[in-house]
Amino acid sequence: MLLEVQGLEVHYGGIRAVKGIDLAVAEGELVCLIGANGAGKTSALKAICGLHARRGRVTYAGQALEGLPVFELPRRGLVMVPEGRGVFAQLTVAENLAMGAYARSDTEEIAGDLARQYASFPRLKERRHQTAGTLSGGEQQMLAIGRALMSRPKLLLLDEPSMGLAPLMVAKIFDIVREVAARGVTILLVEQNAKLALELAHRGYVMESGSITLADGAKELLANPKVREAYLGEDAG
Amino acid sequence: MDIFLQQVINGLTLGAVYAVVALGYTMVYGIIQLINFAHGEVVMIGAMVAFTVIGVLAPYGWPPLLVVLIGVACAIPACMLVGFTVERFAYRPLRRAPRLAPLISAIGVSIILQHLAMLIWSRNVMSFPQIIESRTYIVFGAAITNVQIAILAICVLVMAGLALLVYRTRLGTAMRATAQNPQVAGLMGVDINRVIASTFGIGAALAAIAGVMVGTYYGIAQYTMGSILGLKAFAAAVLGGIGNIPGAMLGGVLLGIVEALGAGYIGDLTNLCRYDWLASLLSERCANGGHFILFGSNYQDVFAFVVLILVLVFRPSGLLGERVGDRA
Repeated sequence: MLLEVQGLEVHYGGIRAVKGIDLAVAEGELVCLIGANGAGKTSALKAICGLHARRGRVTYAGQALEGLPVFELPRRGLVMVPEGRGVFAQLTVAENLAMGAYARSDTEEIAGDLARQYASFPRLKERRHQTAGTLSGGEQQMLAIGRALMSRPKLLLLDEPSMGLAPLMVAKIFDIVREVAARGVTILLVEQNAKLALELAHRGYVMESGSITLADGAKELLANPKVREAYLGEDAG
Repeated sequence: MDIFLQQVINGLTLGAVYAVVALGYTMVYGIIQLINFAHGEVVMIGAMVAFTVIGVLAPYGWPPLLVVLIGVACAIPACMLVGFTVERFAYRPLRRAPRLAPLISAIGVSIILQHLAMLIWSRNVMSFPQIIESRTYIVFGAAITNVQIAILAICVLVMAGLALLVYRTRLGTAMRATAQNPQVAGLMGVDINRVIASTFGIGAALAAIAGVMVGTYYGIAQYTMGSILGLKAFAAAVLGGIGNIPGAMLGGVLLGIVEALGAGYIGDLTNLCRYDWLASLLSERCANGGHFILFGSNYQDVFAFVVLILVLVFRPSGLLGERVGDRA
């Protein structure tokens, strides 16, 4: 397993936002974590990266992440695209992409990767001298993903990439996620849009009020009546 | 002599120095939203260290420029060391504390540094060793000295260098990224503690240079010189929009000019004998070309703070600032 999480707990003051979850992602897999707003998905993801104090074990590429500072993660190939995209609004598109490669020192290959991002996101190339804050939501999401790819991730954690985007743009972003996965990047995708996420993923976890209540193959979850009723907006009958 | 042009030249010189000091405030504020009230003391330490070194070297008869450069070269690392130490021990432990805590810590550090300087250099005023031969040039009826020209040139160079560093280098990009979103910067591999420490180091180096320039300009240095200078530079940073680097440069220069023009004209404008209806009341004092001046140029320091108050009342985000409201 590339990423293994055991008994992960997150506390906010007296509130347990994540109540001891287990999950695992194998190399090359695209796994999604779905659930309603407030189920604790984002907290879990942030805790995996060490952005929240956590209890439990997180193992990445065979090594415990205990005590590892956040800034070491991209050097080991673990990169998160945070909820709300987190682009640097006052930096230009080009500077944002350069920040993605901050942890790398192989200048020549970085230039090649930059050209590759511009090839897959022509919009970003057109706007490379604009500040990221002037981009539309969808373009910002492309930038956030492109920036993450600049670090050459092994494991990409995507937090709600479809959030706040128009349906057409959501479809585009999911196409991009599919392409990235096809290139061999392992992905853990957190989404509220359960249908799209499950159609894309190999496996899925369903999270409800801080606990994982279902874990199964994506096809099986899509067919599961409980999932259909609660997350796909369909009547069980 | 043209008073207006003369005061603009004086104001530009002083304002350029304010700008260099204001950059230290604004860079630190931009990255951790802390007003580093100890920054003025770092300027003072820069002046004291440089004066000491220059005083030791003065009798050897080396070229004055070389001696001053050696003084600056000693002041910069000394100030950077102070900057790093203060950040590490007075601010970093309080980074997650409520905003008031690091602010109070900053005031405490300022008092400590000032009194350390008093213990080291005594309460006496140190005078700048007379090694630079002052030359005065007349331009359009106003006088400008070689020291003023040097100060202006150095300030322009320092600010250009800083702009290159902040907008064109990897560290500068990381600094701006950290200022905007430290959490995401960390996820991209930026060691935030190192970037913040570097910011303090750069600010302190600028303070050292500013300290030497101020000391050279006035010819004196004392352990208290940092507090009023620091406050004025802070006012300049607020005027430009705190957190905004071009703003600090603009604010510093404008503040210097306002202050110099204010000092140049306040005596004239508050000379009650100018005003006929008052002059007749004060005929005894005003007779035979007498004066009755309410405020003289010793009120110079007031202008910086009047500007500060006006900015805070009418444009709290400053001239170039955009989004201070949600942070202040």
